Amino acid sequence: RENEQRARKRKMRLLTHNMLSSNIKGVANGFPLRIEVEKVVEKQVDFNADFLKNMFAKIEWKALVDASRSMGYSELPGDANPAMLDSDDFLQKFHHALLELHLEEGALVCPETGRKFPVNKGIPNMLLHEDEV
Amino acid sequence: MSSRPELQSQPEIFYNDEEARKYTSSSCIIESQAQQSERDMELLALPDDGVPRLLIDIGIALEREVEGDLMLADMGQDEGFRPGVIDGAINISAVQWLCNADKTSHDPRLRLKAFFGSLYRCLTRGARAVLQVYPEKLAQRELILGFAMRSGFAGGVFVHNPHSTKKRKEYLVLNCGPPSLSAATPQGKREQEESCSDDEGSGDKENQTVYSSVCISGRQRPRKKQKITKKGNGREWVMKKKEQMRRREMSCLQIQNTKLKRKARF
Repeated sequence: RENEQRARKRKMRLLTHNMLSSNIKGVANGFPLRIEVEKVVEKQVDFNADFLKNMFAKIEWKALVDASRSMGYSELPGDANPAMLDSDDFLQKFHHALLELHLEEGALVCPETGRKFPVNKGIPNMLLHEDEV
Repeated sequence: MSSRPELQSQPEIFYNDEEARKYTSSSCIIESQAQQSERDMELLALPDDGVPRLLIDIGIALEREVEGDLMLADMGQDEGFRPGVIDGAINISAVQWLCNADKTSHDPRLRLKAFFGSLYRCLTRGARAVLQVYPEKLAQRELILGFAMRSGFAGGVFVHNPHSTKKRKEYLVLNCGPPSLSAATPQGKREQEESCSDDEGSGDKENQTVYSSVCISGRQRPRKKQKITKKGNGREWVMKKKEQMRRREMSCLQIQNTKLKRKARF
């Protein structure tokens, strides 16, 4: 039982959101997806500075800033550069935005077509309809 | 697997809650899946430098407890990742679903093409994808490999326990671009180089782990002149080893070097 409950606590973190793009046929630039929030949950996640420093290069910073704002968190600076990774204060904010804000219910929206990809119980549904492939 | 799930039903019907529960609650299967995953991880050969990496695991049953974020996507469609962000991909027994046309609008060829194409695009340079396959027949395996290669991958098939019908497992090991300098070589390959010269007839017992070779080849191989060094590692040596391997019935599919030019990526 406990395993089942644990298993059902899915999450969609902004780390994942930052990697996703709209895959509809004909869309030239499907990134970043806009976020429609119905339910956000904040969960505490162990802080790992090395992880953050290594992930920084992969992250599209502006997309992360906009996404975290739509989830209710406005502390991230508008611009970031690798030198800021030396600051613990910056890392804490980065950590919080990237890993501790979880979208449980809502949608990810294609920036070009407005098509919504629903997020239910923390799982984004990226399945395309036949005519979108 | 005595009865192939993908032959019984369409994927979304088979993996409903009850079936998925079977995959999680049966301890035998949990172990088997976990073992497969570990093998996938070994074959991924991520550099041991402590740098965290983003991996995707494709085709897992929904009930399983997983650490990362889940998303629902169709393997035969573009999964929707930004280009070049994923460091590795592992996959347990999902590729063969693509070979079945479960809806009339699904052409297996198009779906395989879409799958490998989007997989290639989302992987970072030098990243690797390890997929376990259970091809029904040789033709199906060739089909899968063909689409993998046409999408830009280099790689080969790694067979674990080739002599055991029960324990035999085949892995498709695909490289996205030339491997980075720090990437480790899978153990199988090292054994290929060493074991070909000795231990000719051994390793036929069912419970002995017999590693077959990993044949890594592809269009991106740099055109070095093949010098005959003192060890004789020239073309002759390579052909001789291949012949030895064939005679020992080790399963190793060599991907043909094609003459197609590699498309520009990134």
